[in-house]
Amino acid sequence: MPTINDILIMLPEFFLVTAACVLLLADAFMKPAERIYLHWMSIGVLIVTGYLVLRYQPGVPVTAFNGMFIRDGLSTILKLFALLSTILVFIYGRPYMVDRKLFVGEFYTLMLFAVIGVMLLVSAGNLVMIYLGLELLTLSSYALVALNRDSSLSSEAAIKYFVLGALSSGMLLYGMSMVYGATGTLDLVQLHTAIPHSAMPHLLVFGLVFMVIGISFKLGVAPFHMWIPDVYEGSPTAVTAFIGSASKLAAFGMAFRLLATGMGDFSQHWQLMLAALAVLSLAIGNVVAIVQSNLKRLLAYSTISHMGYLLLGLVNAGPEGYSAAMFYAVSYALMSTAAFGVILALSRTGFECENIDDFKGLNQRAPWMAFLMMLALFSLAGVPPMFGFFAKLLVLQAAIHAGMMWLAIVGAVFAIIGLYYYLRVVKVMYFDKPVEGTEVRLQPDFTLRLTLSLNALVLLGLGLYWGPLLNWCRQAFVG
Amino acid sequence: MFNHLLSLLIWLPIVGAVPVLLAGSGRPNAARWISLLMAILTFAISLFLIPQYHPDVAGMQLVESHLWIESLNVHYSLGVDGISVALILLTTFVGILVIVGAWEVIQDKPHQYMAAMLVLEGLMIGVFCATDALLFYVFFEAMLIPMFILIGIWGGPRRVYATLKFFIYTFFGSIFMLVGLIYLYLKAGTWDLHTLAALPLSLTEQSWLFFAFLIAFAVKVPMVPVHTWLPDAHVEAPTGGSVVLAAVMLKIGGYGFLRFSLPIVPDASHHFAWVVILLSLIAVVYIGYVALVQEDMKKLVAYSSVAHMGFVTLGIFIAFMLVREQGNTDAARLGMQGAMVQMISHGFVSGAMFSCIGVLYDRLHTRLIKDYGGVINVMPWFGFFYVLFAMANCGLPGTSGFVGEFMVILSSFSANPWIALFAAFTLIIGAAYTLYLVKRVLWGEITNPHVAEMKDINGREWIVLGSFAALTLLIGIWPEPLTHLMDNSVNQLVQVLAIHKV
Repeated sequence: MPTINDILIMLPEFFLVTAACVLLLADAFMKPAERIYLHWMSIGVLIVTGYLVLRYQPGVPVTAFNGMFIRDGLSTILKLFALLSTILVFIYGRPYMVDRKLFVGEFYTLMLFAVIGVMLLVSAGNLVMIYLGLELLTLSSYALVALNRDSSLSSEAAIKYFVLGALSSGMLLYGMSMVYGATGTLDLVQLHTAIPHSAMPHLLVFGLVFMVIGISFKLGVAPFHMWIPDVYEGSPTAVTAFIGSASKLAAFGMAFRLLATGMGDFSQHWQLMLAALAVLSLAIGNVVAIVQSNLKRLLAYSTISHMGYLLLGLVNAGPEGYSAAMFYAVSYALMSTAAFGVILALSRTGFECENIDDFKGLNQRAPWMAFLMMLALFSLAGVPPMFGFFAKLLVLQAAIHAGMMWLAIVGAVFAIIGLYYYLRVVKVMYFDKPVEGTEVRLQPDFTLRLTLSLNALVLLGLGLYWGPLLNWCRQAFVG
Repeated sequence: MFNHLLSLLIWLPIVGAVPVLLAGSGRPNAARWISLLMAILTFAISLFLIPQYHPDVAGMQLVESHLWIESLNVHYSLGVDGISVALILLTTFVGILVIVGAWEVIQDKPHQYMAAMLVLEGLMIGVFCATDALLFYVFFEAMLIPMFILIGIWGGPRRVYATLKFFIYTFFGSIFMLVGLIYLYLKAGTWDLHTLAALPLSLTEQSWLFFAFLIAFAVKVPMVPVHTWLPDAHVEAPTGGSVVLAAVMLKIGGYGFLRFSLPIVPDASHHFAWVVILLSLIAVVYIGYVALVQEDMKKLVAYSSVAHMGFVTLGIFIAFMLVREQGNTDAARLGMQGAMVQMISHGFVSGAMFSCIGVLYDRLHTRLIKDYGGVINVMPWFGFFYVLFAMANCGLPGTSGFVGEFMVILSSFSANPWIALFAAFTLIIGAAYTLYLVKRVLWGEITNPHVAEMKDINGREWIVLGSFAALTLLIGIWPEPLTHLMDNSVNQLVQVLAIHKV
């Protein structure tokens, strides 16, 4: 029987589920002109959920429903930033979706359900819960990617995402079943204690390999990255921004739950696997990005490389490394929402501002947007004093501390290669002349401009003062 | 105010860039005047350093320290010694002249140009003040962004190639330094440069760190063989960009050696001093010959910068040979002092040379030497300054160029006469390429009809060139205030060299 305590612990999730269902119903009775209320109500729901996440925060990690659900510092931070990036996506995406006649209730309800998936995933205390959260998130995402159903590019992306996603879910389940077979438990905390006494360590390693594949697919780490460029390019840009931010936070949460909470004592086995995956992602992400001409694809490859850097933190397999990786995930979410926000702000009916050439001479047409994009790009490239630099600093430090100097040097070398393609976009915006006949027009939406400006300036502000955020991330892993 | 003098110097130009940007392209004159005001104000405040800094007291002065990031033990800590004071004064002085120099030359988005210059100035002052390794690194790297934009927007035809090369080269160099600094932090638990200097390190560790630092600063100085970005960047940069690049940015490489390589890894620096000395001599001799055959004036001066900066690195690392192998601290001090004077002097002379080329370029829109000839006939005042700076560039006694080079040659003679011999080649090669340049540009008959229509320098250009000329002569004739300012700091550095960490 669930006690009242269980319900209180899961109150934010219960609230969000209820609210999402109410909004789904409300949408059915709304006229298209009234849909703007749905937009603000969804944002309101997310804000209230964020408040609940913060408000009833227990001092120590607590579990609900017999260990199914964990509420701790890590889940609080990841949930807050997932909620925040979803709010940003709603604000940035509205004019874009209106222009494309995609401003429909499904967008909001699917997004809200995806957010519930994220929240369950990062709080999962049980292998089954992980699978549940993951499926809720990915199934909503498949539908979101295919939201623009008349576009063949979108449908293709959705099919690709679905097929590969299903495959990876299967792998993950297969790995989980092996781990269950070897230890006899699905509970992550019990798993942690059962691993050293397991009679079948080989089976555990097999299970681990399959689980790492599932995680890599979710993170979009090479060589399981094939879906990323197509999905990024094919989805409506608002959905891409969601997949590039909140979804990545969820993937990090899942990786932490499975690898650290569950198989923390097995780290000598997964450390090297992650190191190899990191090197591959850094190489593929950074090198292939150079030849892209579509900005969304470029950012897709940039994601791949960023997830490689995130793995550099996880490789450390200690509180320091986990906090560095989480800091990286949070910083990446803020940077990618800003970058996609600029793309969304410059797109309009019949014109996707997504080719790098569309940004030619942006400094002459919209200097402020060019400046914001430049902040986002320098932050992604990891140039001080931007936020992204300090995130890179922390993961490099984590890797060096784990005794993997070579990995840090590989990371540093690929940062130089990566720098080139970000600079190329800055170059196009600042040094090139605008192409005649293409006129960049800014979305007139005031909320969008204000939020986007804040989002990008925060990248600079947090670069100058990131201590509190790091402290917060560190505290999540203490004790 | 004096408690936060350094912070004020760093942040005034950076914050001052905001109203300049806000003035917008609609009011270019407002943008120009505000930025000039900011630059003069910064210079005026930097003059307070002279009474506030006590050259006879050892160690860092005007120290400010605040905890910046607690969990990483990063401090916002600033402090200056005599060398930094001299370099800061150079920066703020050049800061005014580049803004005056760009006054009507930059017509395209002048507000962005001026703002970038001011931000760049603040960041460069930050580099010279930082006593925390991470803070130093942040300033060191952040500096690239405004320079990247300056070259990329207002540069010449191949500006995109040049600016990308500049950015990627420097980033390439410094990222390895970052890895080295993280290693040091994990070992010492602090980023404070003073504590890091006292950290015991094995020779293997020192060697790795030495090369991490070397690659970062060698790119910046630049030393052979990683100097190739400099001619490209100089040729394509707008005049102001070239001036700042040559006058201040290159010095940051030499300054980095003093702050990082010398105190933190002294044994490895001694062990590998021959590498740096060899590269410096190659720069002095070989790059001198390369300068001789250039057809582009800016490229010629750029190569001559590489050759002159060779003296800086030579002077710094020859000190290791002198102190450690011969125990000759006097000669070491002389060499180090010479390197410092050379840095300041080269700041004025190269800045002046690039300003002169800017003056010519604004009139004829070409930098090729063959397009000129007989300029003295139509621009006598300009010819006067040009010849003066050319003389300083070849190190004529009485100009600032002579003092530093002479001191370095003298001290390298005590170390090894052969090194002195090769270093002294510069007196011939330097004179050759500079005089050859003067001969082709200034003297002779006017062959190009456009040259005949050129007007002599106006009042604004007079101010820029006149200021440079005054300081070049002042340091040449009376270097004592400058050497006195840096004397104590140089002595401390020489003492640090003698400390064995292994």
